[in-house]
Amino acid sequence: MMLVIAALFVWAIGWGINIWIARQKPGRWQSIVSAAIFGITLILMWELIVRGLEVSPVILPPPSMIFHAFVTNKMTLLLDFYQTFVWGALTGYAIGCSAAFLTALAIDRSDFLKRGLLPVGNFVAALPIIGMAPILVMWFGFGWESKAAVVVIMIFFPMLVNTVQGLSATDSIQNDMMRTYSATYWQSMFKMRLIAAAPFIFNGLKISSTLALIGAIVAEFFGSPIFGMGFRISTGAGRLELDLVWAEIVVAAIAGSAFYGLVALGERAATFWHPSMRKQR
Amino acid sequence: MIDEMKNDVVIKAEKLSLTFETNDGPVHALKDVDLTIKKGEFVSFIGPSGCGKTTFLRVLADLEQPTGGSVTVNGMTPREARLKRAYGFVFQAAGLYPWRTIAGNIKLPLEIMGVPRSEHDARVKEVLELVHLTGFENKFPWQLSGGMQQRASIARALSFHADILLMDEPFGALDEIVRDHLNEQLLELWARTNKTIGFVTHSIPEAAYLSTKIVVMSPRPGRVTEVIETTLPRERPLEIRETQEFLNLSNRIRDALRAGHDDA
Repeated sequence: MMLVIAALFVWAIGWGINIWIARQKPGRWQSIVSAAIFGITLILMWELIVRGLEVSPVILPPPSMIFHAFVTNKMTLLLDFYQTFVWGALTGYAIGCSAAFLTALAIDRSDFLKRGLLPVGNFVAALPIIGMAPILVMWFGFGWESKAAVVVIMIFFPMLVNTVQGLSATDSIQNDMMRTYSATYWQSMFKMRLIAAAPFIFNGLKISSTLALIGAIVAEFFGSPIFGMGFRISTGAGRLELDLVWAEIVVAAIAGSAFYGLVALGERAATFWHPSMRKQR
Repeated sequence: MIDEMKNDVVIKAEKLSLTFETNDGPVHALKDVDLTIKKGEFVSFIGPSGCGKTTFLRVLADLEQPTGGSVTVNGMTPREARLKRAYGFVFQAAGLYPWRTIAGNIKLPLEIMGVPRSEHDARVKEVLELVHLTGFENKFPWQLSGGMQQRASIARALSFHADILLMDEPFGALDEIVRDHLNEQLLELWARTNKTIGFVTHSIPEAAYLSTKIVVMSPRPGRVTEVIETTLPRERPLEIRETQEFLNLSNRIRDALRAGHDDA
């Protein structure tokens, strides 16, 4: 009971500090510091409440136990990270995004493809990934290749739709302008349309970045070598090694957020001119 | 002598017609338009909306295809003239590319047309001076006011040294004071560069103040009702708009507009 009261005490302190910060002159450091205090408070309360109420580690292990599992299994986690994130998710991401991008360019060039390929993309997107994953594992084997294939199928459509829409983002004056300059198709593509499409393309890339990791992890539930984040999660849960499962979740959260953040940084650099980005300069 | 006169003609339209097929039946945007524009003239097109003034300008620019009659620009078809980059076009909105600075926007047509890179900076400097925007090279379009954006877009249309400048209600969205100012600058620019200018407007004072020739058009079907040659001197301070001569010219334009409206 003491620990639970201590948790409330920690919460009150964290709250108090953040209120004090909020009253200071606004600056860049405050949002970072207050977010950090919020996070630390949450973790401390989690630790204290779980220990105080003696919650079973199968239901919710305390953060210290997760951290311990993280440290003792770091080589395993690193191996899983390579297998699932670097090979499965990133390869699939690169292949899926570039394939969708090139398809969007092809669709743009021909109305025939537009009418033919977009419905196919729609169809692929409608396939339940849970159903496709085992089949892709049969086709491409237990290794990372089948995981990449699942990722490709998951991200192809959102990326395609966004890119196609982006390519029509220029207005009629901008298009007419290019025509008065007698610009060729590729000139107006590189000097205008692709740049104008960047906000849409980055939307696709951001959506895909989160889908890629989910796809790669879920695909491992349907067959994998004896390592990989998805493999570890499903077997860990079976063996009641919930601390290891949580450690994998921590890895996934860090990797996923970092990946998303990296794409978002690229977006900010490429679309600084867009009204939604201007305020941040 | 005859040859010389022929060379003087920049734009010649004969029985030019354009019919848009719409779901509600054909719309006669232009019908049997005859018009000759000579080198160095400042020609305004004025008329109510739907009279085809913008469409005519867009036909000259090869942005619309006529369905009848003939038209030549510098003795060529509009398409050939466009491919030879014979004209600069200024649209109703500035249409600057927001990811490029003002200098970058002005360089864009130069890049597309393959003007050597070493010349780019000099061209930017030259045209920004013409529109009085020196010092704004590194600003982005969205950091400038509407009037400045439109001046930048005029500078961009001038950068590749086309002899013809086509302007489609370029100052329509600007307030009166900015507009006066830009009109004055446009006249100064025209005097300095001796370009042939086609200028669409719906403002009678603007047409009277700027033009050497005013083409009055009327709608349904879009056609030319009268071509008025100006009586004003080439040198025009803003105050000329208070003279009797200016008022007479404005009244002639107004009467022609009204006459065109009555027949419709």
